[in-house]
Amino acid sequence: MGVLGQSIKRREDPRLITGEAKYIADIELPGMLHAAVLRSPFAHAKIKSVNVAQAKQAPGVVGVFTGADFAEIPALPCAWQAGGVKNNVNTPRILEIDEVHHTGAGVAVVVAHDRYAAEDALALIQVDYEPLPAVVDAEKATQPGAPQLHENAPNNIVFDWSCGDQAGTDQALQASEVVVKQRLINQRLIPTPMEARGAIGQYSAATDDYTLWLTSQAPHVHRLVMAAFVLGIPEHKIRCIAPQVGGGFGAKIFMYPEYPLVLVLAKRLGRPVKWIETRRENYVATTHGRDHITDIEVGATRDGVITAFKVHTFANLGGVLSTAALGIPTTLYGRLLSGPYKFPHIYCNVQGVYTNTAMVDAYRGAGRPEATYALERAIDLVARELDLDPAEVRRKNFIPPDAFPYAPADDLMAGLEYDSGNYALALDKALEMVNYKELRQEQAHARREGRYLGIGFSSYIEACGLAPSAWIGAQGWGAGLWESANVRMHLTGKVVVTTGSQSHGQGHETTLAQLVADELGIALDDVVVQHSDTQGAPFGYGTYGSRSTAVGAVAVHRSVQRIKEKAKRLAAHMLEANPEDLVYQDGKVFVRGVPAKTKTIQELAAAVALGYSLPEGMEPFFDETSYYDPPNNTYPFGTHICVVEVDAKTGQTKILRYVAIDDVGNVINPMIVDGQIHGGIAQGVSQALYEGAVYDDNGTLVSGSLMDYAVPTAAMLPSYETARTVTPSPVNPLGVKGVGETGTIASTPAVVNAVLDALKPFGVKNLDMPLTPEKVWRAMHANGGNGKEG
Amino acid sequence: MKVSMTVNGQALEADVEPRWLLVHVLRDQFGLTGTNIGCDTSQCGACTVLMNDRAVKACTVLAVQADGAEILTIEGLKQDGQYHPVQQAFWDEHGLQCGFCTPGMIMTAIDLIKHEAQPNYAAIRHGIEGNLCRCTGYENIVRAIRQAADKM
Ligand code: FES
Ligand code: FES
Repeated sequence: MGVLGQSIKRREDPRLITGEAKYIADIELPGMLHAAVLRSPFAHAKIKSVNVAQAKQAPGVVGVFTGADFAEIPALPCAWQAGGVKNNVNTPRILEIDEVHHTGAGVAVVVAHDRYAAEDALALIQVDYEPLPAVVDAEKATQPGAPQLHENAPNNIVFDWSCGDQAGTDQALQASEVVVKQRLINQRLIPTPMEARGAIGQYSAATDDYTLWLTSQAPHVHRLVMAAFVLGIPEHKIRCIAPQVGGGFGAKIFMYPEYPLVLVLAKRLGRPVKWIETRRENYVATTHGRDHITDIEVGATRDGVITAFKVHTFANLGGVLSTAALGIPTTLYGRLLSGPYKFPHIYCNVQGVYTNTAMVDAYRGAGRPEATYALERAIDLVARELDLDPAEVRRKNFIPPDAFPYAPADDLMAGLEYDSGNYALALDKALEMVNYKELRQEQAHARREGRYLGIGFSSYIEACGLAPSAWIGAQGWGAGLWESANVRMHLTGKVVVTTGSQSHGQGHETTLAQLVADELGIALDDVVVQHSDTQGAPFGYGTYGSRSTAVGAVAVHRSVQRIKEKAKRLAAHMLEANPEDLVYQDGKVFVRGVPAKTKTIQELAAAVALGYSLPEGMEPFFDETSYYDPPNNTYPFGTHICVVEVDAKTGQTKILRYVAIDDVGNVINPMIVDGQIHGGIAQGVSQALYEGAVYDDNGTLVSGSLMDYAVPTAAMLPSYETARTVTPSPVNPLGVKGVGETGTIASTPAVVNAVLDALKPFGVKNLDMPLTPEKVWRAMHANGGNGKEG
Repeated sequence: MKVSMTVNGQALEADVEPRWLLVHVLRDQFGLTGTNIGCDTSQCGACTVLMNDRAVKACTVLAVQADGAEILTIEGLKQDGQYHPVQQAFWDEHGLQCGFCTPGMIMTAIDLIKHEAQPNYAAIRHGIEGNLCRCTGYENIVRAIRQAADKM
């Protein structure tokens, strides 16, 4: 048995557990200068003047610049706009010139010999602001009389987008035996990778080449956007390198003002310029996630069959738009609203809205957690209304396993179909793991003693392995989403793999090597995986949307297949056999039935690299580049069950058990897959119970540091019980689906449903996240708090 | 001001401003960049080192306060080509993903095990509360520390 499917220890770890790894902050270049950015304390203001005279005189300062110094550089592009509708686009400039639309917008930059000096000088810059009224709530921003952020966006509307069938859904709702309505708030979150962002720009006057080190999940995309849309520098004159990257969760996909800024500064000053984001900057200058105000209406029969699902959402997008901002609450949200269910009618309308807050873009799950939250709360509300078991309402509405490929109603997936699934199997496995029947008895028993247990479900699907290029292009994404890989085997039999995907914690150097070693039948140690440098893979769309395996690894697999084919043709030539008679197995090519006639892959690599005797027309070297454009997304699924106890005295929620059954297709490294699921669950649980970005009415981020924003500690999180079902994806030859986001997508509603189940005796049907003890306690005590209603 | 300290067994000196943080001196003056900086409010613990045998957040210590101290950083753990048991356990148990929290987490774990020889799971979770990890959900970190405690 090969190394595929084994929990191989990660090869990237030795450098990480010894401190040898070099993150962006660790990189030192000769003559390097340090930049610090002055950021607006106002959420909405006109910039009347910026006086930098004093700052320029400060010790250690080399240069001070304002927006006016870079007036010729256009605002950053918004690369994903809502498909099929008008988009009123406004994006950040590398430094703002006339007006700021959120606290944290950059207005000036100091470059100095060290960061202390640069920060000192920031305090000497005088900006004359004329404060304007601000609005931070997406719904309020659309109301008459609200402060207006941008001239081209009346009522602060960025877009008004819909999917599904409005008339059919309305009709079905009218005809439904029961209709449940609810407003749901999916609060704003701050991604908070433990490493904030950073960039180092370097310019060579001799060659007119630029090098940019940056905290990136997609260095090729950063180069492309920089070249084609921001700086107008030819693409081949820029090299982008993502060094060791300390987490991303979406926030490091995007183009940010500081990246082109350090490049132009490096050129102007003739020295490398480094900018490292502080955590407090990170909280105002890096993208946030979620922030939806959603109204749902769900129709059902009396026995719990859903007849229609209607959703309206205000999606808060911040003061200006980030790179992929508009694709998240549209395609990746609305199109997922059928989830694992065979709803006959669906309609979703989303209004994207400007407010005086930080930019909102993809955060782990990106649209799909918001969709799953609306959906899984809807199912529970129906179950509560009809007094049915929430597990059974789910089961009743599941798409059956024989219905795949399955297209959700009303062309919700815009031409695509779910690939494969067995949703009831995952639910059953989860029920079995928690011992559901007995658990319900225990719950009833506990209630009699005045202890409040809750059992919460979340059955989910996600669309990942993003995405067929033509499909995503039609969805308004301004590029493709295929992936590239190069695999070459050197004369000595050693293999170098380069991938266009990017690892910032996922473990590509291990998993892709496992795949290649297994396929070629060679030692794992004979394979190295390189990524994150535009001088590596020819191009790459990078890592997000759980696409590195479902798209990136498939490209790698293709290159390996080509090498194996070539190896067989070469072996046939050397062994004087018919190529059709040759078999590739365990690193050897031999004539079927004649094992003596064998060449090892290493012998063949040497022969093809030497090129002394090759078959007619064969080029020397095993070196294959592939570009894989997936024909479909992949659709992982599963059921998570959360068991909580809510303390009636304090309102505190304690998670007693967290069971996750996930089906991510075939698995390359179970240890790494479990790790991804753990981390995902942690982030989703934390949204349910702890996290929330809070702005005051003036647009100041109250939760503006790690002191105020509740990134959970180990003591705040439970242990996770994970298990899998395996339904291979038919979309790709590896049968893989993707696992980066499943945990986050599934977990949030499981926790909220559990808490609300615990609160059932108190008649509490809905609470908005985060479910802080205070909020829960108040809800328990609102009706006298006797817990006897249920 | 001149400060001198023993860092990973080596006597080192630096000329510092009184306001400089220990973490900056370790990273910028001594080139020990394994100690990371993840926040500016002493919450994340990425900067944790041992100072006179106790875990400290090096962003919360002024360099001048460390004058004369013994400092141990992540770079000083591997001895004679052998990983420290906590390093080894983090590797074995997949206790890291992006690795950014890892040096600080490992230093805290060493302190924890030293002062509470056989911590149970709850004690471990409590003991690493000063260190944030955004990737792992902590489960494997807790397992790693438990495993290391058995071996130390
Ligand atoms: S850098 Fe965050 S605690 Fe020191
Ligand atoms: S491994 Fe990424 S923060 Fe802990």
